[in-house]
Formats: sequence, structure tokens, C-alpha cells
Amino acid sequence: MSLVASSEHILAASHAGSPRPSHSGFDRIFRAAAFGCAALVLLVLAGILAAMLYGGWPAFREFGFFGFVTGSVWNVGADQYGAWPAIAGTLSSAFIALVIGVPISLGIAVFLTQLSPPWLKAPIATAVELLAAVPSIIYGMWGLFVFAPLVANYIQVPLNSVVEGLPIVGTILYSRVPSGTGIFTAGIILALMIIPFIASVTRDMLDQIPPVLRESAYGIGCTTWEVVRHVLVPQAGVSIIGAIMLGLGRALGETMAVTFVIGNANRLGGSIFDPGSTIASRIANEFNEAADLQLNALIALGCILFLVTFAVLIAARLLIARVQRS
Amino acid sequence: MAVSTPVLPAAMAGEPAGARRRVRPGRRVADRALKLVSAVFTAVGVFALGWILLMLLWRGFSALGPSVFTSITPGPGSAGGGLANAMVGSLVLTVLGIVVATPIGVLAGTYLGEYARVSKLASLVRFINDVLLSAPSILIGLFVYVLLVAPFGSYSGWAGGVALAIIAVPVIVRTTEDMLRLVPNGLREAAAALGAPQSKVITLVTWRAARSGIMTGIILATARIAGETAPLLFTALNNNFWFSPSLVGGVSNLPVTIYQFALSPYQNWQELAWAGALIITMTILGLSVVARFVIRKEVAR
Repeated sequence: MSLVASSEHILAASHAGSPRPSHSGFDRIFRAAAFGCAALVLLVLAGILAAMLYGGWPAFREFGFFGFVTGSVWNVGADQYGAWPAIAGTLSSAFIALVIGVPISLGIAVFLTQLSPPWLKAPIATAVELLAAVPSIIYGMWGLFVFAPLVANYIQVPLNSVVEGLPIVGTILYSRVPSGTGIFTAGIILALMIIPFIASVTRDMLDQIPPVLRESAYGIGCTTWEVVRHVLVPQAGVSIIGAIMLGLGRALGETMAVTFVIGNANRLGGSIFDPGSTIASRIANEFNEAADLQLNALIALGCILFLVTFAVLIAARLLIARVQRS
Repeated sequence: MAVSTPVLPAAMAGEPAGARRRVRPGRRVADRALKLVSAVFTAVGVFALGWILLMLLWRGFSALGPSVFTSITPGPGSAGGGLANAMVGSLVLTVLGIVVATPIGVLAGTYLGEYARVSKLASLVRFINDVLLSAPSILIGLFVYVLLVAPFGSYSGWAGGVALAIIAVPVIVRTTEDMLRLVPNGLREAAAALGAPQSKVITLVTWRAARSGIMTGIILATARIAGETAPLLFTALNNNFWFSPSLVGGVSNLPVTIYQFALSPYQNWQELAWAGALIITMTILGLSVVARFVIRKEVAR
């Protein structure tokens, strides 16, 4: 058995019964400390869930779980709290972020792995990674001071004159106050923020595909499009979806950048240009002035955010891990 | 063979014209479209980064002056002022976070990389750690609020440090484990053959071999937490004074100051916000570059 076992197993086995009692005290303490720290990681996750449930419990009890999730009134004066406007704002801004961010990220990944001349690869890859390191508050300031006025002047005002009075489109695309802040702007800023994540994970996945597959496809006369469509996408498809969900997880939970540009309205508008709020921006905005039931309602919002983002992140990691193993 | 040899050079010589004739237009259009679209999208991404950074440099440098580093944050409506207390506060909180996170992260990474490479528990920890790596930081702020702020009834720098540490730990765990896995097993076997117990093998051999990789993880974690705003909102809070040395009560810090000043109506506050944003971004990008440099040195060795 030990003959065929890998050296890892041999090492582990030889240390299981350490023959030197003089060292075994420190040895045991060291091992216990390492184990304890690893267990702490699990404890933190359990702790977050427990803290959210404990802190949000009064709100869930007051309104009922479904009543809280579907309630559309958030009125501090009347002590009436419903999560739906924030949930809808979170989902719609994340959706806009994905619609814009995913094609751009995939384009960058394809460019970096298939098309880029070698001298251009490193600078672009570095730039994309730096984009990921920029703190979210910078995106928020850029969004509020630079991007929002552009949206107001060059998108909202012209669009208003076109769609005003039209059925359906006139509701979805009409902005009552063309200030530039709103769910649409938040979605674009979020798209910029998730691009580096999706692009770099996708690039890693495409790089992992054995070159011989690509080369043989080129060898039988495939165009780059055909190589991407029929070789790379089927090979890396699942993990690309994992990378996208990783980006989604970030978009759902992003706080500061969104708080800057979403307009922080408590009501749900019909237009994508209306100011709104996400779960995270609502918490960031109101938490420090909140007390009693409002505080509990905000933590309950956090609980919902926890459940949604962790479900998304767990799915993402499972999808990515499945490919890496095979 | 004898037939195909003369054909091959001819086909290659006439390739552009020949290829154009033989390739269906649909295939060619799809190929061109893909190349064009992905090049344009890459340009858009790089352009956005350039735009954000240039804007930051321009607004930041025009607001930057010596008083930014010497004066404390001004109160509402008062002129001038700087960011000295916020910068020192941020430094204290970040150092606190890293000091708490480093031993925990390195030990947990060591457990995953050395003791339990193949156990079920280790793969669970590894998975949860990966999930925590991208967990929304505002939830960690809420967690620490419920854990440390609400029971003690006061915001404190300690709570802020703990919140930052929780964000830093997964980064350190991940890099530590990855770097320990790169250490050749021969080193461990040689040390074990000399009779060293596993704790000695790890502390004297594998940690040393992976030292610069682990340092990289710690630097990256520092870069990650230095700009975090959301977890500090409900833990360290922020104010316009020098904080007390016991760190109890609000501790002024750069990210939250930037957030509050940028959204304020006062001209000098907004300028200070840009100056602070420049300082913090340059610090973080600098740390990322240093981390990259350390990795490259390691690979070269």
C-alpha cells in the first residue's frame, strides 16, 4: 500500500505517529493551531449567516418572510418595511451589468488568447488586472462626476424627445428627471467593475485548453470564429458560465460605486433611467441613522443579499471547479 | 506524395487570392466580425481604465497640496483642511487588519497545503474560502456590527480592523496554499528523513521556500483592504477629529472620508475627496505592482 501511495501519503503517514516525543508538544500545538485557523474560515461563514438571521429576525417576524420580500413600501415614518424595491433594483442593475459586461469581457478574453500580437498581450492583461484593483469608491466618483452628466446630456435628453408619449417604450426609456443618476448608470458602472473579473477568469480557462485542439482545428482550415465557436466554447463553456456568475455575484453585492450613482430612491420606478436603490446601497445609506425596527429591516435585507449572492457564488465555484478537475 | 509536393507551394503562393475564392463569404464575414468585435471591446475596456485613471490624476493632483498631509479634515462649512487624521486612521486600521489576518490566513493555508491536502474537510474549507474571497464586503460590515459594535454599544477601530481582517484572510489563505503546493516534495522528504517533526519541516523548510509567495499574498491582501469602504461604514465609522488612541468611538479613515466628502455640497470637501482618492488608488496600484514584482523575482529564482 505504502509503496504505491504518493509521497504525500507517506509524509502524512510518517507524521501521524511521530516518533520523537521531545518535539511532539509543539508539533501537536502547531497542527491544532493550523486546524483551528482553517476551521475559523468555516466559522466566519456560519457566523455571517447567524448574525444576519439574528439581526433580521424581528423584521422577518413582523412582516413574515414573504411579506417582507414582496412588500413594496419602505416608509421609515410609518415603520413599514418591504424589500421588493431594493431587490428589484439589485436584480435589474445586475442584469444591465451582465448584458453590457459579458460580451465585452468575452471579447477581451478572446482577443487576449487568440488575436492579440504578443507584444500587446502583457500590457492589456496588466491594464485589465489594474482595473480590478481600483477601489470601488473611485468607480463611484467617476460615475457620479464624469459619467452621469454624459448620460444625462447625450442619452437621456435625446432619448426623452424620441420616446415621449410612446406606449411601453415611453415608460421604460423615459426619464422624468434627466439627472444621469439611476439604475441604468449603476448598471454601466457595475459592468465596468465586473469586466476584469470575467475577462481574467475566462482568459485563464481559454489558456488551459490544450493548444493541440486549437491547432488541429486551424490545421483543417477553420477560421478564428469557427475555432472559438466549435472548439473553445464547447471546451470551456461551463467554466465561462461560472466566470459570468462570479461577476454576477460581485454585481449583486457591490455597494459603494452603486450608492454614488443609483439615486437612492425608495420607490420603484417603471423606467430604467429612474433613480432606485439596491439592497447594498440601501444598507449603506440608511444604516448609520437607523434604529429599532428599521435597523432590523436593513439587516434582514442583508440576509436576503447573503442568500442570493452566496447561492450565485457557490454555483459559480462549482461550475469552475468542475472543469478544472477534469 | 509526388503529386502533392508541387501543388503545395503553388497553393501557398497564391494563398490570399485562392483563400478568398474558396472560403464561403459567410465564414469570412463571421471571422472578420469576431476579430473586429473583440478588438473593439478590448479597446473599450482599456479606454475606460485610461479615462478613469486620467480623470483621477487630473482632479487629484489639482487638489493635492502640502496641507492635505498636515491638516485634519475640516468641519462642515470651514475652509481648507487636509486628510492627515484620515490617512493615519486608514493606516492604523489596515495594519490592524493585516496583523490579525496574517497569522490566521497563513496557518489556515498551511493546514490546507501541508496537513490535509486530500481530506474532505480541507476541500470544504477550500471551497468556502473561495466563496468568501468574493463575498460582498458590506455583509462583512454588517456581521461585525452585529458581533462587535451592537453588543459593546460603540463604534471602534477594533471592529473596523476585524472587518478588514475577515476580508483579508481568504486572500492570504488562497495564496499561501497555492505557494506551498509549488514547493517540491523532495524538500519535505529530505527534512523528514533527518527526523524533523512536521512542524519543523513546515516552519524551517517549506515556509522558507515559499516565503516570497506568501509575502505576495499578504501584500495583495493589504491592497485589497486598503480601499474597502463598505465594511468600515458600520464599524470604524468616521469623523473629522483625531481619534482616541484606544480606538474606541469613531476612527477617521480615508475611504469613508472620501465617500462622505465626495457626496457633500462643499467645494473644499469635494477637492479633498479627489486628493484622497488619488492617494488611495496610487497606494493600491503601487502595492499591486510590488506584489507582481515579488512574484516575478520568485519565478526567476
